[in-house]
Amino acid sequence: MKSISLSNLPELLSAIAAKEALYLPVDTKEGAEYKAYAEGDSLSLACNTNRSAKDFFFPQVEDMAAFKVEGKKIEIIDVRKETEDFVIFGARACDVKSFEVLDRVFLADPVDTFYKNRREHSTVVALACSAPEETCFCSSFGIDAAEPQGDVSAWIAEGRMFFKPNTQKGETLLSALSALLEESDGAAVEKAKEETRTIMGQLPLQNLPTEHFKPEKLMEHFNDPKWKELSQACIGCGTCTFVCPTCQCFDIRDFDTGNGIQRYRCWDSCMYSDFTQMAADQPRHTQLERFRQRFMHKLVYYPANNEGLFGCVGCGRCLAKCPISMNIAKVMKALGGDK
Amino acid sequence: MQKVIREKAIELLRSGKVDRVLGWKEGEFFYDQTPHLFLSPEEVERTFVYNGFSGANLSKYLVKEGLKEGVVAVFLKPCDTYSFSQLLKEHRIARDKIWAVGIPCEGKLDIELLRKMGIRGIKTIEEKGDELLVSTIYGEKTVAKKDVLAERCANCKSRKHVLYDELLGEEGEVLDSARFDQIEKLEQMTSEERFAFWQNELSRCIRCNACRNVCPACTCEKCVFDNADSGIASKAPASSFEEQNFHIIRAFHVVGRCTDCGECSRVCPQGIPLHLINRKFIKDINAFYGAYQAGENPDERAPLTNYSTEDMEPGDVFKKGE
Amino acid sequence: MQIEEKFEPTIVAFCCNWCSYAGADLSGTNRLQYPANVKIIRVPCSCRVNPMFILRAFQRGADGVILCGCHPGDCHYTTGNYYARRRMTLLFSMLDFLGIERERTRVEWVSAAEGAKFAATMNDFVATVTRLGKNRRLEDLRCKK
Repeated sequence: MKSISLSNLPELLSAIAAKEALYLPVDTKEGAEYKAYAEGDSLSLACNTNRSAKDFFFPQVEDMAAFKVEGKKIEIIDVRKETEDFVIFGARACDVKSFEVLDRVFLADPVDTFYKNRREHSTVVALACSAPEETCFCSSFGIDAAEPQGDVSAWIAEGRMFFKPNTQKGETLLSALSALLEESDGAAVEKAKEETRTIMGQLPLQNLPTEHFKPEKLMEHFNDPKWKELSQACIGCGTCTFVCPTCQCFDIRDFDTGNGIQRYRCWDSCMYSDFTQMAADQPRHTQLERFRQRFMHKLVYYPANNEGLFGCVGCGRCLAKCPISMNIAKVMKALGGDK
Repeated sequence: MQKVIREKAIELLRSGKVDRVLGWKEGEFFYDQTPHLFLSPEEVERTFVYNGFSGANLSKYLVKEGLKEGVVAVFLKPCDTYSFSQLLKEHRIARDKIWAVGIPCEGKLDIELLRKMGIRGIKTIEEKGDELLVSTIYGEKTVAKKDVLAERCANCKSRKHVLYDELLGEEGEVLDSARFDQIEKLEQMTSEERFAFWQNELSRCIRCNACRNVCPACTCEKCVFDNADSGIASKAPASSFEEQNFHIIRAFHVVGRCTDCGECSRVCPQGIPLHLINRKFIKDINAFYGAYQAGENPDERAPLTNYSTEDMEPGDVFKKGE
Repeated sequence: MQIEEKFEPTIVAFCCNWCSYAGADLSGTNRLQYPANVKIIRVPCSCRVNPMFILRAFQRGADGVILCGCHPGDCHYTTGNYYARRRMTLLFSMLDFLGIERERTRVEWVSAAEGAKFAATMNDFVATVTRLGKNRRLEDLRCKK
């Protein structure tokens, strides 16, 4: 296992940044956020960022094409640019798992080339959690916060950061940095993993009921009378969907610039009244239906289509951010708790 | 206080005076309660909470509730009564279907401030006088309540209930708050500094619309920003202009109707101090057209639906200091 | 030799149909000069202009926006400009608060008989905005050519 002393971490970060673009969570006055590395930035040790890491592959706004109109001629301009190689340093296990959830949507046929392009150019260094929060429930979905996936797994223990490559990309990154890294045994890492797992075991939401959300129970859950009570306070904002690392719905819109058309896509939210609005209508008229859609998608529809993989990774952002504190943990308890 | 409120709720439901009770339902933790319609005394007994984190302003739900059959009881903190009164003034609520119970408020707490202190992994919180005993996975902490008081409550404008059917506890007073201090501080900056300040804040906006949807003054059936035919509908801040545009237009639409309840800033997932924009308008109105508090007096004309032949000219705003 | 490119601002002027638009007309018939940078949009009354109009103009490339209406007391609809006055006072104060240069917005009352005032106002406003330079703080980059 390779390792580096935490006091030398800045040198490691600037070595990566010298090679390719580097993004990492840093502390801001409103909590941790991912940002492009600038000299002097230090890695945030906060359990999670406000916004999820999906932005790197599926940004909130993205231009898809442009049209220029001259007389009767319409010119279509391809606005895609070659993405540069980049490293995401310090993503947590839940966010890394969310990439898998997104992959199954965007890399399935037909492949989303915008997404694929970014995905191929990225190297993810995943950092194991050492101080999970009460809102964390990744373990409910079988994610081990102490053993994050990604191209490189990293741990902090006894004043050092340890690295283990998981993929070819990870190997390449670590070997490029080998001058700064030392070889060391993994005893400290094992101890840190144990500590994290002990803490995880104390979290109030570590064991949410998941076994009831089977495809054969679809109609039962769909028609559950509890949706009414759960959704009645929902104000229909998009906070949960926008901070969610796995929400992947988007809308494609045209913006008239006055001298042409810019076609872009942007995140959309199933909580919105104009979600999937068509010429005639939108299919979900009430907030109950929209609310139900979001949770049914994550807990039933998505796993039914993806070998039981849930569309939630338990990062806890929606628990912390929902204006009325209604969230997937409460929904899971209500629907699957006493059955 | 929770006990008194619960008893009142149960009494109202038992007596048949009301069919539903709008209050706060306990969550997974001490701080994450959800606005909830209680239908039975047993439900109230089991899950009704009122504590330092019962911050949500319930008045906007009354628009929807007023359309239903039967009477709903609602518990309103002093600042919520301003919103309630303002909504009535705008004829958005069927008054006869609401039983409003005024409840006292000592100021609400902001969980984000607790988190900013580095307090994580919260298991339980106990309110004890002026202190909070927080028990976390990582140990116990004692925090003074005033250190985690929400900004809107630290600058509370009034402890007086402007409208209610009955009142629990003592009636408070309109307070002399320092809520415009930060506006003044911003006004004293140079134009460049202010621009930088707001760019930094507004550029974090993710257009989740939480501020709009929670706002008791934002009750349009269809918002112009959701109307694809309006030409300005947008689901994302696709340019810096749209960040500014959304917040300017939204704030302008609630000028003279915003009661400064502070819900917009409470719900913002990105921590943008949106209330400052609304407060600037309130401060300007007070300075230009005389003191006005939305929701206070139902018979007073709002500043933008009124005028005087002696009003100042737009250009005069900037002449004072020169 | 270096050719210095002179900045030519785009100015949008909302003019009320009854006074200011006629004032602009009069300045034309009197052959008074005002810069071609000014694009006039005729509105039925100054109070027809809502904040969205002003912001949209900036979005679409305006460097300055001016609203012209009847003198207070002379509104064709009796009170329209009084309401407009309050709205614009608050809006312009807000734009300034958000750090948008206050000189980019203006309200001027121009009657149908004031062709000279119209031309003078526009000359002055164009000169002011030219000094300020391009509108950078309230622009939409997508709308730039």
